[in-house]
Amino acid sequence: MAFEEKIDTTSELHEVRNNAIKNFEAKGFPTKKEEAWKYTSLNAILKNDFSVFPKKENTIEFKEVKKFFLHEIDTYKVVFIDGIFSSFLSSTTHDGLDVCLMSSALTKPKYKMVIDTYFNQIANTEDSLTSLNTAFSLEGAYINIPKSKVVEKPIEIIYFSTGVENALMVQPRNLIVVNENAHVQIVERHHSLNENPVLTNSVTEVFAQKRAIVDYYKIQNDVQTANLIDNTYIAQKQESHVSVHTFSFGGNITRNNLNFYHQGERIDSTLKGITIIADKQHVDHYTLVQHATPNCESHQNYKTILDGNATGVFNGKIFVEKEAQKTDAFQQNNNILLSDKATINAKPQLEIFADDVKCSHGCTIGQLDDSAMFYMQQRGIPKKEAKALLMYAFTSEVTASIKIPELKAKIARIIAEKLGVKMGFDL
Amino acid sequence: MLQIKNLHASVEDKEILKGINLEIKAGEVHAIMGPNGAGKSTLSSIIAGNENYEVSEGEIFLDGEEISELAPEERAHKGIFLSFQYPVEIPGVSVTNFIKTAINESRKANGKEEMPANEMLKLIREKSELLEMDRKFLSRSLNEGFSGGEKKRNEIFQMAMLEPKIAILDETDSGLDIDALRIVANGVNKLKNESNAVLVITHYQRLLDYIVPDFVHVLMDGKIVKSGDASLALELEERGYDWIKQEQEV
Repeated sequence: MAFEEKIDTTSELHEVRNNAIKNFEAKGFPTKKEEAWKYTSLNAILKNDFSVFPKKENTIEFKEVKKFFLHEIDTYKVVFIDGIFSSFLSSTTHDGLDVCLMSSALTKPKYKMVIDTYFNQIANTEDSLTSLNTAFSLEGAYINIPKSKVVEKPIEIIYFSTGVENALMVQPRNLIVVNENAHVQIVERHHSLNENPVLTNSVTEVFAQKRAIVDYYKIQNDVQTANLIDNTYIAQKQESHVSVHTFSFGGNITRNNLNFYHQGERIDSTLKGITIIADKQHVDHYTLVQHATPNCESHQNYKTILDGNATGVFNGKIFVEKEAQKTDAFQQNNNILLSDKATINAKPQLEIFADDVKCSHGCTIGQLDDSAMFYMQQRGIPKKEAKALLMYAFTSEVTASIKIPELKAKIARIIAEKLGVKMGFDL
Repeated sequence: MLQIKNLHASVEDKEILKGINLEIKAGEVHAIMGPNGAGKSTLSSIIAGNENYEVSEGEIFLDGEEISELAPEERAHKGIFLSFQYPVEIPGVSVTNFIKTAINESRKANGKEEMPANEMLKLIREKSELLEMDRKFLSRSLNEGFSGGEKKRNEIFQMAMLEPKIAILDETDSGLDIDALRIVANGVNKLKNESNAVLVITHYQRLLDYIVPDFVHVLMDGKIVKSGDASLALELEERGYDWIKQEQEV
């Protein structure tokens, strides 16, 4: 294949890459015939003639993209433009922790042990899109937080596409290792700067060691021609706490494959999401929590507001193995349809093999509450604003647990913008 | 100030109000009493503009202007306030932010600038003290997890902030203990002046010990069947509603 010359065939990763290529070649892109892809079709976007590697290095000015950063506060930044690292926009570190590049981690001897221990260890090697990424990914963020380190600044991982290429397919690959007692906050974002089609097939592996705390936020508010397949794999050791908040506010097709694997007792996993889309946008959340050990908790809460012809999918799978006694697994999925043409496909899947567990799930689909609308209008708040306030209230169980205040304010602003209102306060 | 003429209204084809006539002048306090199901809450909802009810006949005037075609928010902007029997919970929106939004929307509708932040804060402080509300209360999500008493106190706080021309208190005394009742009534009395009016809707006479009405009307089966002064409320407390029914039949 033509890609071979671009990737490093001499490294020890060669075999990993080769196997991945073989797996992808055998399976190809997923189709609607597969149960896991029943509601999401990639056919239309795959008609584009994507280039897999950008032909040249593209640059952008900070002022053009400032608004995509948490610019009010100091952060570490790992920034990519069309899949290539931008040292100009980034702010990496090796001082007490590693926030740097996957490409150097994969090639420099000092990272070899970490790479051998973790790279591609939790990612699903049977999954065709993950294999595609494993085969061809060149770049991404490498984050390694040493024992007991509390990282004071959030880490931002941002992938920009310039659209200079006609149609671009990017394969970001992130590896995040958070050692014992360490604590880190990560914000990930993908954004296209013009209307040329982009397909991002991202793979992220997160390893949370004993008592580690990881708060991960994904902001998906991309342009109408951007497509994102996010494959995130999280392995948790005992007493670790990991939360992932996914904010899906825009893009053409967005698919979030979020997988949690428990490898110790008293683990806490949180999966939350807000989806607000319209037009013909499509967002698919496919979650898996694999309870394999006793005394662990998982909390899922996904809120969706669909307008226009938008379609949403929530497929939440909770798997409780025989050994996982005293599991407490909770799943909540609430949906509001604002138009007759919007569609939601919601499918909770609970597979429980242990006998002493607490598992619950709830799913609702509805419209806005009339009596609440009347209440707000009675106080002088016009219909449109009242509607927006109600929708904001509907998402508040998710926004409430955002731990970075500036991010919370930013998300509230994006929500207000999506709902087409300007409130007299930051929601 | 508020004039209701021959008001008929129905919900899902069931006629609930069957010809209400009522006139409330500035400076007056009126009370509407009546048994359950008489149409008391329907009347307050209709004055405030709830679109779930259909006005089939009659008119509602506010300061001479016919308002029965106006949206609820337009009526609010003109000075109608309804204290809800069951205030709605709005998670994620604080008491302060909610009232700020309400005030500024009203000002906007009346062609005024937004209220400056320091003025707003001063007003919030003043009015929350009037209702003996804790500072912490103001940053809580609107009505979420509030006790019955806190909800009603918050309603009167919003009324105090919005300074309506006519305030309709729908069963404001339900769910209130005696201390909360006193605080709420005290708030209403302090806000009462010669240029506004209050309409108290209640099942029991209790609240009327604190908010003394100039006129008491008895609503039964969709009609006002008897009117009188404050002593009528005491009589109803004593004798119930049956004697009025019998009086009607005679």
